[in-house]
Amino acid sequence: MTHTEAITTAGGTGRSVRHKQRLTPVKKKQYLAAYLFILPFFVVFITMLVIPLVYSGYLSLFQSKLIGGEVFAGFDNYVRALTDSAFLASIGRMALFFVVQVPIMLGLALAFALALDSGRARWSKGARLFIFMPYAVPAVVATLMWGYLYGPDFGPIAQMARAVGFGTPEFLSPENILGSMMNIVTWEFVGYNMIIMYAALRSIPSELYEAAEIDGAGQFRIAWNIKIPAIRPAIMLTVIFSVIGTFQLFNEPSLLNAIAPAAITNSFTPNYYAYNLAFINQELNYAAAIAFILGLVIAIVSYIVQLGSQRRERRERSAA
Amino acid sequence: MSATETREVVIKGARGAARRKARAYNPAKRRNWLLTVLLWLCVLYFVLPLWWLLVSSTKDNAALFSTFGLWFGGDLSLWENLQTLFTVRGGIFLRWLLNTVVYAVVSATGATMLAAMAGYAFAKYKFPGDKVLFSVTLGAIMIPLTALALPTYLLFSRMGLTDTPWAIIIPSLVSPFGVYLMRVYAADAIPDGLIEAARVDGAGEFRIFWQVGLRLLGPGLVTVFLFSLVATWNNYFLPLIMLNSSDLYPITVGLAQIQSAATAGGGAQALFSTVITGAFVSILPLIIAFLFLQRYWQSGLATGSVKE
Repeated sequence: MTHTEAITTAGGTGRSVRHKQRLTPVKKKQYLAAYLFILPFFVVFITMLVIPLVYSGYLSLFQSKLIGGEVFAGFDNYVRALTDSAFLASIGRMALFFVVQVPIMLGLALAFALALDSGRARWSKGARLFIFMPYAVPAVVATLMWGYLYGPDFGPIAQMARAVGFGTPEFLSPENILGSMMNIVTWEFVGYNMIIMYAALRSIPSELYEAAEIDGAGQFRIAWNIKIPAIRPAIMLTVIFSVIGTFQLFNEPSLLNAIAPAAITNSFTPNYYAYNLAFINQELNYAAAIAFILGLVIAIVSYIVQLGSQRRERRERSAA
Repeated sequence: MSATETREVVIKGARGAARRKARAYNPAKRRNWLLTVLLWLCVLYFVLPLWWLLVSSTKDNAALFSTFGLWFGGDLSLWENLQTLFTVRGGIFLRWLLNTVVYAVVSATGATMLAAMAGYAFAKYKFPGDKVLFSVTLGAIMIPLTALALPTYLLFSRMGLTDTPWAIIIPSLVSPFGVYLMRVYAADAIPDGLIEAARVDGAGEFRIFWQVGLRLLGPGLVTVFLFSLVATWNNYFLPLIMLNSSDLYPITVGLAQIQSAATAGGGAQALFSTVITGAFVSILPLIIAFLFLQRYWQSGLATGSVKE
């Protein structure tokens, strides 16, 4: 326990003690072993991540012209992207998606995780599994399934609405499609986020709130003042994953496009736009620039999220 | 990229996990009925769509339109639907299912092994460059697939690898999050003393990893394996751009294809019941895998169940 503690802590704070002693043969052997252990991963890592990334950056700086072929274009593709109203609209749509859907999804996940962790609900093991189950359903299946559920013909929601005399709800109209998509994504990922938070909750030493309980703190207070702050790193992780997931949405729009072509434009999400540019319009260089900007947006949003949380943590620590 | 920030967040998570203690705390808790009812009402939202899928896969096309979606109706046509599903277009659905199994199992096994070796090395060795390399790995968690898919496609097509299974398997071997999980797990589950003892007994570093390390990493391995398995099994974007021949499709691309055929058919020869049955069949394997392995992957996520 103390060993592992020391190692993880050392990993976190950065090694302050630089050992200068000469390499013994034993040390040398261990270095070699460590490098050999990480080698396979890094070979694939470099070929599948670093090289494509560099290549993509290179591509984004060129334009292919009818005359002259590939021409160096500097940042022309980036300028074009930043003035492309379709692209900007798609980013805006995802920002809206992020602001509305992510808090709902993570709020639900947290509520479920706390409810399950409190141990006060019956059959909570079963509930946990059922809530998690949609995560094992491919996005393709989830989307086409919800496409049918939303459908006006044999969708059960429409069937029930008609039976009560509400008429047929239009989930797939241009006005409602974003909300319908939010619902699909929420359904898919609440369970996954819940499991991450739940695992973190189980790792809180229970003495922390046993004491609070003896002092007469209620469940809500314990959750708010002890449990949530304790699992903030896990919550942060789910927020970051959600940033990445949201701005990369592709499966849902591309499949809904088949049943709601009027509501889903070819630039509905940035990722779907990049795909259409590259594979339908053959504008590879422009698509690479779009993808790069998208990566940058994701990095920036993730960075802001982390910065905000760290500042808050620091403030709370100094207040305490 | 803000690799260092990610690292800090993630490491804090790791430290939290290391603090974990077995919970003995359960002083005759009162069950709360209101909470139970609320929770199970919410469960309905997650389960009803799947229930609909199950019910609908037992109906033929006519019954789909004429009966209530959330209950059985018409004749039980599950068997006929399955027969149609597995014979349509010369039994290609079975082929897709097998492709998916092969891609997912091979990728997940490979990704798990790579992650286990790297995570173990990061947790149990100190070597020059370890911090930098680990930060780079964590930063990579944030790289969007989009920025990679297109250049990867171009590179693969230059190497003649597009439209082969390798185009799906090789990119799926990289799992930065898997490396992170394995590192946290290994730091917790493999006592340093055990490694030292093995060294004293004269075992080489690789032998220690294979015979001591891997055995203690069980739940961590299952967790990384399952999550990589899901990632490849559910992947749609990568095979969509990489593969042209429908013989090589995984189930996701195949289903999307018959779905768009069904929608485009205008109802005349609609294959709705086939699509729905196909969707139902395709989710069964993963759900079964999660059910059977739940004890392992859940403790793997919670990390460090091996405690003295």
